[in-house]
Amino acid sequence: MARVHLETIRKIYPNGFEAVTPTSFDIPDGEFVVLVGPSGCGKSTLLRMIAGLEDITEGTLSIGDRVVNGVDPADRDIAMVFQNYALYPHMTVRRNIAYGLQNRKIDKATIEQKVQEAATMLNLTEYLDRKPAQLSGGQRQRVAMGRAIVRDPALFLFDEPLSNLDAKLRNQMRIEIKALQRRLGVTSIYVTHDQVEAMTMADRIIVMNGGKVEQIGTPHEVYHNPASTFVASFMGAPPMNLLEARFEDGMVRINGGTPVMPAPAARTGNVTLGIRPEDVRIDDAGDIPFHVDLVEELGAHRLLHGQLGDQTFSIHAMKDEPAPQGATRLSLIPDNICLFDSETGKRI
Amino acid sequence: MADTTHTSENTVARPRKSIKWGTVFDHTVLILGSLFMLVPILMVLQTVTTPDLETIKNGPGLTIGTELDDNFAKAMFQASGFSGENTGTSMLINSLILGVGFAVGKIVIGMMAAYAIVYFRLRFATFAFWLIFTTLLLPLEVRILPSYEIVQQLGMLNTYSGLIIPLVASATATFFFRQFFRSVPNELVEAARIDGAGPVKFFIDILVPLSQTMIAAMFIIMFVYGWNQYLWPTMITTDEDMYTLVRGIKQITQDLEGTNVPEYGRANMLALIAILPPVLIVIFFQSWFVKGLTESDK
Ligand SMILES: Nc1ncnc2c1ncn2[C@@H]1O[C@H](COP(=O)(O)OP(=O)(O)O)[C@@H](O)[C@H]1O
Ligand SMILES: [Mg+2]
Repeated sequence: MARVHLETIRKIYPNGFEAVTPTSFDIPDGEFVVLVGPSGCGKSTLLRMIAGLEDITEGTLSIGDRVVNGVDPADRDIAMVFQNYALYPHMTVRRNIAYGLQNRKIDKATIEQKVQEAATMLNLTEYLDRKPAQLSGGQRQRVAMGRAIVRDPALFLFDEPLSNLDAKLRNQMRIEIKALQRRLGVTSIYVTHDQVEAMTMADRIIVMNGGKVEQIGTPHEVYHNPASTFVASFMGAPPMNLLEARFEDGMVRINGGTPVMPAPAARTGNVTLGIRPEDVRIDDAGDIPFHVDLVEELGAHRLLHGQLGDQTFSIHAMKDEPAPQGATRLSLIPDNICLFDSETGKRI
Repeated sequence: MADTTHTSENTVARPRKSIKWGTVFDHTVLILGSLFMLVPILMVLQTVTTPDLETIKNGPGLTIGTELDDNFAKAMFQASGFSGENTGTSMLINSLILGVGFAVGKIVIGMMAAYAIVYFRLRFATFAFWLIFTTLLLPLEVRILPSYEIVQQLGMLNTYSGLIIPLVASATATFFFRQFFRSVPNELVEAARIDGAGPVKFFIDILVPLSQTMIAAMFIIMFVYGWNQYLWPTMITTDEDMYTLVRGIKQITQDLEGTNVPEYGRANMLALIAILPPVLIVIFFQSWFVKGLTESDK
């Protein structure tokens, strides 16, 4: 178990492409951090640099109290779970789990005991003598987990470990992984492009975009206080509504003049207004006209998609709230509005 | 429901009355093809069981004789030549050593070369690979004299190592293993790195077992290639106790030119013995091949 520290870590691939711009953050001991971002934003690159599978172009990486920039992956005291499980197809489950320990010259009895422990923890006991090809996707995923946990590493690294599973299994494994991490208390870095996984599993989320860290924060912070329009629209399904607005006469006005809240300290010009779909109410007395085009029925709640002026807009309504079709009116909860600079997309 | 079954039966039954010429043609081709392959072997079998005198008088016939065991004993244990050292048994052993030595040597060297080319950041690795590959354009026959000279200067004439080592580097094996290694997922390599497997361990623990099917295929090809070598053993070995089967048969047919009764039975027996091991190897490794292909997904 260990704290992880990144100091202006940067990656430039040999072809000159800068996949990760200088990035610093700190992960305290035992924390579960999720790196989330769209495909190609450099999450895997960052994770692979931490694992030692990719050279660090610039910066300092420490795990525990040790700078590990030049240290071999095997000696970094880490374990990694890959997207395609990367199980050794010719070895039994038992050998797959034990292989890393065997290479570390640990005595047979200890290995057997650790394999048994891990297998029990992961419900794999009856599959120990099977080959990976004879297992289901979820079981293979568990074997990959087993291979990681028998090593008692200081740091777990996960690279999209659930993306090859079907939705139901994914939900189940998500909970299992999180519970396991809680129980073992091992510092973990988990890479995913799925914001639901990020929200549900993380102690802290690191949102990345285009090789840059956009925001670091708890799921609550990232969701309710996004640092940029990118984070606002990446996190949440449906994402935060973003409306073009103006500062005028000390008010923030949308839709060509409707005031929604007082403007902060004497600002003028354009601004982007963000509001979560659940912070909007259908309200006949409201002063914002809205046209509902489509209602998505989701059981416990509904999503109302439509037009606010000439901009698309979505509303989240609980099942006992009204769900009108066509023209209606709505009001926003002013406390939950986020304002972003229209040029840079940064939070004001 | 009953009606539909009925009509469909009719439609199935009707074409049976007319002859399907396509099928007849297919089968004719297949039957002719298998006869083409089988008849020579059947003739050899017949000759092997018949006394040589009868073969000389009547030519190949249809009757199965009783000489099988005699001919077998002669072929395996009776020496031909002067030294009395090249019996069928010794030639069989020499052929096996050559075939297995070839196959194992070529597989080991090909795998290691491919391993270096695919997994290590060598300068000019691609260039080195294509250099190896172009040796395919230079078959043994082209370079046989310089090769002979080198073997002779190294004092390796009439030795197994002289037979095997000069031919053991194989562009074919290197090429096939290279293609195979490139198809092994990168994540597997990385998982092994994190699991603390060094280059040697990774090769032995993971790459070699994964290559099972490729090794089996290479073994078949290279064994048969080594087994069938004729020109090279003829040049490198002059001692009779180093003769291989392929070469020994030639020697017996040379004996036929005397005034004795030609030993058809014995010569054909040797030919049979010479065919058998490659056939067995193919049959044995083929089952392995299929097993490997169905059980492992790399
Ligand atoms: N070996 C490489 N050489 C050059 N560019 C690469 C290499 N690997 C990845 N990239 C590029 O770096 C960017 C980040 O990749 P990656 O970290 O895999 O993204 P993701 O966030 O989807 O995991 C991508 O644009 C990708 O094309
Ligand atoms: Mg990735």
